Amino acid sequence: MTNETVTTEYVSYLDHKGKYKGIFAWIFATDHKRIGLLYMYAIMTFFFIGALLGLMMKIEMLAPGETIMKPQTYNGVFTLHGILMIFMVVIPGLSAVFGNFFLPIMIGAKDVAFPKLNRFSWWIFIAGSIMAVASQLMKDGPPDTGWTFYAPYSSTTGTNVIMATAAAFVLGFSSILTGLNFIVTIHQMRAPGMKFFNMPLFPWALYATAWIQLLATPIIGITLLMLIAERLFGIGFFDPNLGGDPLLFQHLFWIYSHPAVYVMILPAMGVITEIIPTFCQRQIYGYKAVAISSLAIAGVGFLVWGHHMYTSGMSEQARWFFSLLTFIVAVPSAIKVFNWISTMYKGSIDVKPPFLYAISFIFLFIIGGTTGLLLGSVATNVQVHDTSFVVAHFHYIIFGGMGFAFFAAIHYWLPKMYGRMYNFKMAYIAWGINFVGFNLLYFPQFIIGIEGMPRRYFDYPPQFQPMQIISSIGGFILISGLILMVYNLVQGVRKGEPAPANPWKGSTLEWQIPSPPSLENFDEEPVIKENPYDYK
Amino acid sequence: MSEKAIHVEEHRDDEASKLGMWLFIFTELLLFGGLFLVYSIFRAQYPTAFHQSSLELSVTIGAINTVILLFSSMTIAMALTAIQKNDQKRALIFIGITLFCAAAFLVNKYFEWGHKIEHGLYPGSALMPLLDRGHLLYFSLYFFMTGLHALHIIIGMTLLIVCLFKVKSKNINDHDYVLLENGALYWHLVDLIWIFLFPLMYLIS
Repeated sequence: MTNETVTTEYVSYLDHKGKYKGIFAWIFATDHKRIGLLYMYAIMTFFFIGALLGLMMKIEMLAPGETIMKPQTYNGVFTLHGILMIFMVVIPGLSAVFGNFFLPIMIGAKDVAFPKLNRFSWWIFIAGSIMAVASQLMKDGPPDTGWTFYAPYSSTTGTNVIMATAAAFVLGFSSILTGLNFIVTIHQMRAPGMKFFNMPLFPWALYATAWIQLLATPIIGITLLMLIAERLFGIGFFDPNLGGDPLLFQHLFWIYSHPAVYVMILPAMGVITEIIPTFCQRQIYGYKAVAISSLAIAGVGFLVWGHHMYTSGMSEQARWFFSLLTFIVAVPSAIKVFNWISTMYKGSIDVKPPFLYAISFIFLFIIGGTTGLLLGSVATNVQVHDTSFVVAHFHYIIFGGMGFAFFAAIHYWLPKMYGRMYNFKMAYIAWGINFVGFNLLYFPQFIIGIEGMPRRYFDYPPQFQPMQIISSIGGFILISGLILMVYNLVQGVRKGEPAPANPWKGSTLEWQIPSPPSLENFDEEPVIKENPYDYK
Repeated sequence: MSEKAIHVEEHRDDEASKLGMWLFIFTELLLFGGLFLVYSIFRAQYPTAFHQSSLELSVTIGAINTVILLFSSMTIAMALTAIQKNDQKRALIFIGITLFCAAAFLVNKYFEWGHKIEHGLYPGSALMPLLDRGHLLYFSLYFFMTGLHALHIIIGMTLLIVCLFKVKSKNINDHDYVLLENGALYWHLVDLIWIFLFPLMYLIS
């Protein structure tokens, strides 16, 4: 009898039997790890739909004039591509998937602070996603405003804008609740002995992100509500015919949507900060600088929204002011890049798939970041505003940055999440295809953007065709690489080699527990080290 | 016995719940913050029109509603104190009074809105497009802001009704009253927003 009470059997969270059976054990799960996986499946699905829409646009751009779709269809396709990718993939992306799964583990907690609220945010995420898809299928036709919903076009077009904006509102609510949950988790749930500056840097990044989610998202919420009221009741806030001011919409929209860019990229930076010390077996260079630069990015990120509006009509003073702030926000990002590279110096570097994705993140992020400065200075911005240069820039940041970090994270943590390992050789090949395809797809758009190719146009003059073709070929290469990568990962999960608890010799807490973790993560009290990156 | 070892405990952390509620209140304030921003921009552009339009509102009804809400904030605080002192009956009475005040507020609001709608001063009416931009924006903002606030009153009432039943079934008691505390916090927020709305809409003339 007494013996039995002492032995706690190890049951992984995947095999744990709870109150509900079968699929309900997932739908009603409050376990942060299960919720993280659910987000991952949904987000990967949306990602592939979004990528296919992107591919459709690339096919359309193969030749001038109409190739496979009508202009109105093209408008619908880029709008849906934007809504899916921004609101349903990259904004929740890393924090909802890996944040949910690893934040509690990395700070030595059993779960997030509010598990039921976590489940609720997952449900409304799905509800919002269904609404976004419904907006495409309802009878007035898919919205054609672009994901930015600029007024007054969005308040006058006949398409399903209300449904799409309501979807964005609901998705935003889910994002707020996740952020709220993470902040409280970090404040209240850290294991005894873990102070703020003993936390690994991914939780730090999530902490900064959560504050942005919490403080910025209500602004888009109220803006979208105003837009809906304008369409439903003719309450004129933005439409000049009803007395409103369309510039106000742009301001309110970007007050959220610029900080939202940091919701996308900060957790990505956090992931890279975890991976680089592990594969260099070296203490992170400048721990405090990296931690505080996350907060600095989040803070300054609130003050730069005006750089989206240089050509919309702003005073000269406002423009140089926003330009200055934009340059300032680049500083903490550069600090991080500097620290990652310094961490590698004299490290014993082990080039495994997660590390490859991590260094390609740095490469692509530098290109995306420096072109961002080009866009941030007023003089050059006026030249390339609303051209495909902008498209290339933000895809380098969002896809090359957040996307590659997501792939890095999935290769890094998959053995922990499922207890199985994928095939390395295939992972290297998929990485190579992805990297080449990505650069072929987006780099030409910088060039034709400078030459004057506008974004969101379905047609173009013939001199842009060679670059458009290169770009489209890159699109095909990239999507084949993505398919190979996902195939490899799925095969790994299904019948890969069993993974050991700590395949990469990592030092943070998630590597000190079995793979996959048990339901409550820590069957014994975790030992908290003062330095989370305690190598050698 | 081994089953018991892997049994999941219910974790309870009142500090965390309160922190969560405060953060949620921040987001609500920012939601209204966006509207206050829009209000201040348009009012700076059309000061005279805002002045004239606000003459249309009845300061008396607004003042009565302000008093009602302030009073209800007091009663919900008293309900909380009562439950901390394990006085279930008083707690129920005070939550009941709070709910009654909330309903009275909505009834007043109903008459106020009805009055405006009679005069054709509502978004989408035939009269509105004939007004100049300042008046139009004032009444748009009036309906949108008070409407959103009324929606928050309803959300707050729902929360308090849940609390009422939980006090009755003793799920909220002198050892575990964080839900009522959070409900009261939310109710104070609803009150606070009205404290800003009242001068901005009624007292600027």
